Amino acid sequence: MSEKRLSLSPARFLSARRRHRSAGLVVLLFGLLAVGSAYAAFAPDNAVADNSAQSQQIEEGKKLFAVGCSSCHGLNAEGGGNGEGKMAGPSLIGVGAAAVDFQVGTGRMPAMQTGAQVPRKTPAYTQAEIEALAAYVASLAPGPAVPAQESYDISKATDEQVTRGGELFRTNCTACHNFAGRGGALPNGKYAPSLMNVDPKHIYEAMLTGPQQMPVFSDQVMQPEDKRDIIAYLHALQEQKDPGGFGLGRLGPVSEGLWGWLVGIGVLVCVAVWIGAKGVKAKGAKASE
Amino acid sequence: MSDEKLPVVKADEGHGAVEVAEPIADPGIEPHEYRITDIDPKAADRVERQVSAMFTLAGVLALGSCVAYFAIPRDSVFEFGPLSGNANNMAIGLCIGLALFLIGAGAIQWAKKLMVDEEISEDRHPAHSSPEQIQDITEAFKQGAAESGFGRRTLIRRGLFTGLGLLGLPAVVLLRDLGPLPGRTLYHTIWAKGIRVVNDVTARPIKPADMIVGQLVNAIPANLPPLQEESAVEYQNARAKAAVIVVRIRPTEIRTKPGRENWGIDGILCYSKICTHVGCPISLYEQTTHHVLCPCHQSTFDLADSAKVVFGPAARPLPQLPLAVDSEGYLVAQSDFTEPVGPSFFERG
Repeated sequence: MSEKRLSLSPARFLSARRRHRSAGLVVLLFGLLAVGSAYAAFAPDNAVADNSAQSQQIEEGKKLFAVGCSSCHGLNAEGGGNGEGKMAGPSLIGVGAAAVDFQVGTGRMPAMQTGAQVPRKTPAYTQAEIEALAAYVASLAPGPAVPAQESYDISKATDEQVTRGGELFRTNCTACHNFAGRGGALPNGKYAPSLMNVDPKHIYEAMLTGPQQMPVFSDQVMQPEDKRDIIAYLHALQEQKDPGGFGLGRLGPVSEGLWGWLVGIGVLVCVAVWIGAKGVKAKGAKASE
Repeated sequence: MSDEKLPVVKADEGHGAVEVAEPIADPGIEPHEYRITDIDPKAADRVERQVSAMFTLAGVLALGSCVAYFAIPRDSVFEFGPLSGNANNMAIGLCIGLALFLIGAGAIQWAKKLMVDEEISEDRHPAHSSPEQIQDITEAFKQGAAESGFGRRTLIRRGLFTGLGLLGLPAVVLLRDLGPLPGRTLYHTIWAKGIRVVNDVTARPIKPADMIVGQLVNAIPANLPPLQEESAVEYQNARAKAAVIVVRIRPTEIRTKPGRENWGIDGILCYSKICTHVGCPISLYEQTTHHVLCPCHQSTFDLADSAKVVFGPAARPLPQLPLAVDSEGYLVAQSDFTEPVGPSFFERG
């Protein structure tokens, strides 16, 4: 029974069907819809107010991303090619806010050129802009968030924690970063950077996200207190003075040996030559005796 | 080679006198030139005073180092621009160092300025003895041999040879202390079926979900930490062989070796941490290339390709530890390593 074929007025149509077996269901649906709409229109909507600041930040981040990042990472952060079939920038979907905060906060991104490794430099964005970019990238897919300040707060670190951090550091980090955190060489022009004078937050984020060729040390395996202890140990290393004043890069026997062999023995050879040289002679004179 | 240009030695003059056919005439010793201290007594006296002052000052500094030892507190620190250090140590070192330097400098000044410096020359002598001496010694030796009866009394000779020969034996037997031989210990580690893979240092067990792609974990078997209380030597020996690295690689990037299909869990692979070249522990891992590098001799292993050697002197891939998950969801070993870990050895080739 099609309703379109009936040429009744709406009122008479409804009246005629009021005893239809699905009339009750239709009335119920109408009622629910009306109440729902009314609630949406008149209820004080806190949720929307809360979200608007965040969505505004995401929107702002998206604009910054389109200008500063999309040429390599793609307009939607899906990763991009350089036109020669090589990857210019990896996909950023799922890397999380922590990766953005590390890469942009240490000035590594935006990169000046592609190469073996993107170096650390002065950040190009303000903290607010970095947060906006991080919020945008984090909105694309879930990923590690920027760590809370207390998780890398080392102001109350005890000697015991520093010692434990040293053990963890020597087990997990020294293979690349050197036992004094001074960094080291990797193949094909890559390198592990020095960890001196790095913001504790950025050290934490590097472990969390594994930037460039660095492996990841997730919070479930390398737990936040482990990471904090490592940072406390690095801070203690940085504060430690070099006895005598010359650290020689704290590279150990290589730089010390180079110094000893070239400079130390070199000076000794020069002195020996000087000792063996003839002194001033009184030309043509005769001994007084 | 012709003998024309060689020195001609007259047979009857064994000692010293050598007649040399020289292509260039011997210019002789150059005329001696005197120093200022040789001709001016005042200059000589001045140098004498200098040398004696240096020696005296060295003595004063030696005393000064003793004073510094007692006077400067052990824990005091000095700061001088970029230089800093223990003040006590530095003062003692400086005093003794300067004292030694002054004794040396004084001695050199003495030798260069005051001691006689006239050049002299001495001819070389032939290295061999004169025929008469050779003959004398040969005769004395033969006479001694005859008088001792060494050639005639064979019993004594044999006894002496036996005694001397057997004296060499203790030197060989003592080499046994280099052992005992390792036996089968090189072929197995403390890994076994069901042993949990735990974090090194913290000894926390690992769930597969805790590891994300690109992760590196430096791990040990769960039965290693308790060994530390039993015996430090056993613990170190076990640790040296059982240390492993666990990585998670995107499964599509892994080339699995036939027979190892169920050794990993969703791209989580576990390899021995001990380099197969000379046994350095390696954990220099690049997550972008899946390469792990040995810092000692740059051997490089591709963990996504069964730890194949891609560079360097290592001869064998890193042994892989087959992984499984236990009833509580933690990573465990399926068994011990299926081959010996670490460097090659004789029996293994």
